[in-house]
Amino acid sequence: MTLVLGIEGTAWNLSAAVVDENDVIDEVSHTYRPSTGGIHPREAAQHHAQHAGQVIRKLFENIADKGISSRDLDAIAFSQGPGLGACLRTVGTAARALSLSLEKPLVGVNHCLAHVEVGRWKTPAEDPVVLYVSGGNSQVLAYRNGKYRIFGETLDIGIGNALDKFARNAGLSHPGGPKVEEFAQAAASYVPLPYVVKGMDFSFSGLSTAATDALSHSSIEDVCYSFQENAFAMLVEVTERALAHTGKNEVLLAGGVGANMRLRQMLKTMCEDRDASFYVPEKRFMGDNGSMIAYLGLLMYKSGNTIEVANSHVDPDFRPDSVEVTWL
Amino acid sequence: MSENISLPKGAEAIVRIQDDRVIKQRIPKRYRVEMLDEKIRKERTRAEARLISEARRLGVPTPILYDVYGFTIEMEYIMGQPIKEIISPELCEKAGEMIGRLHGGNIIHGDLTTSNMIWNGERIYLIDFGLSFVSNNIEDKGVDVHVLFQTLESSHRDHEKLIEAFCRGYRKQLCNADEILTRVTEIEKRGRYA
Repeated sequence: MTLVLGIEGTAWNLSAAVVDENDVIDEVSHTYRPSTGGIHPREAAQHHAQHAGQVIRKLFENIADKGISSRDLDAIAFSQGPGLGACLRTVGTAARALSLSLEKPLVGVNHCLAHVEVGRWKTPAEDPVVLYVSGGNSQVLAYRNGKYRIFGETLDIGIGNALDKFARNAGLSHPGGPKVEEFAQAAASYVPLPYVVKGMDFSFSGLSTAATDALSHSSIEDVCYSFQENAFAMLVEVTERALAHTGKNEVLLAGGVGANMRLRQMLKTMCEDRDASFYVPEKRFMGDNGSMIAYLGLLMYKSGNTIEVANSHVDPDFRPDSVEVTWL
Repeated sequence: MSENISLPKGAEAIVRIQDDRVIKQRIPKRYRVEMLDEKIRKERTRAEARLISEARRLGVPTPILYDVYGFTIEMEYIMGQPIKEIISPELCEKAGEMIGRLHGGNIIHGDLTTSNMIWNGERIYLIDFGLSFVSNNIEDKGVDVHVLFQTLESSHRDHEKLIEAFCRGYRKQLCNADEILTRVTEIEKRGRYA
């Protein structure tokens, strides 16, 4: 058995976990909640700095109860990017400190690929087209020739960010996604809004603005509904195009926005119509979590993919298609 | 897990071949709300028909249109192979010249992939104008080229040489090609995680 500790902290959620090949041994999280507005990068980083010690101590206590000591760990993994620079640096520091003090190798994990791999771990998906949707990221990925390639992505902001911006303009509190979903269920009619797919890429910032403007003549329920219909149809369309282009027959949904039931329903319908299988992991593996970092860390460690502390700088723009996949 | 043994299925339309003609019909998507679905399909059918003809006037080989109605276009069947299957720097240079002419006339293809370029032994035909639109923006032309480069990178091992050859052809046909290719580099570098 291999045991790896992973730390996630690219944005709002600070989370550390220990996993082995089969399952999560334990996970401890502490979530930054802004008092007003959205995520403030400096405050989020301060939150992570303040709570990292306590989260990791608690994790060590919990695994000790299960008979595992910090000496038994094989490696320390952390989210190297993409994410908010200040948050990444804070978590990177914690991981380096652990690696040096416990004398365990360090593994730098790409956050997006951790979402993908935890999905492949916890669902029957083998070689899927992945729709990864969160606050900052919106991508359609699939494996080919040694790398996860990006088949389509947002040209401006992530879908979660677009939902949050619109929700804030509509007077709803952060995070806006779940509230938009709730309002959408009470809608009476569809309001036309922009639908922007360029080739395999999509764009959400114009949709967010147009939806805000539409609030002046339509009910918040109708606008929330129409926003979701347009935004999700754009994502599903590109996912379907990636299926057609790659010839794959599985779709995996990843990322926090994947909690949205309407998005799941649309993907499921599309997959049914193409005879493709559709997989969604348990909710605790969809949003940012330490287990996914620990798990990809484990795969990378076992394939010899570790880094020296001196070369372990974080990268806020760390692209998943720049990672050589050593573990498949 | 169900095995998909049918022929690769396109994402947007059913394409039938009848005698010498291609009949392309945009099919409804059950996942989309009907009003949005019909609007998208109608707009894309009309835009496609119009831009196929305009592109040919710019010197870009495209299929000849026979009929357009509802969500359906009937057009000439192009005999040949997608350049995806026979990719080479020579073909990429020709593709660059072709897209240079297209962009010179302010048509953005919107879905430039190596599957949408058909080599008939003499010249490359450009097909599937389903996402095309008219624009003279550097940004739109840049995104168009960027989409093609992404396909080259994700589908072909030798993509650096292919991209280089494309740029060579593109510069031959378009006087502000450098401005657009510089923008492509910017688009690639642009932080998409903000």
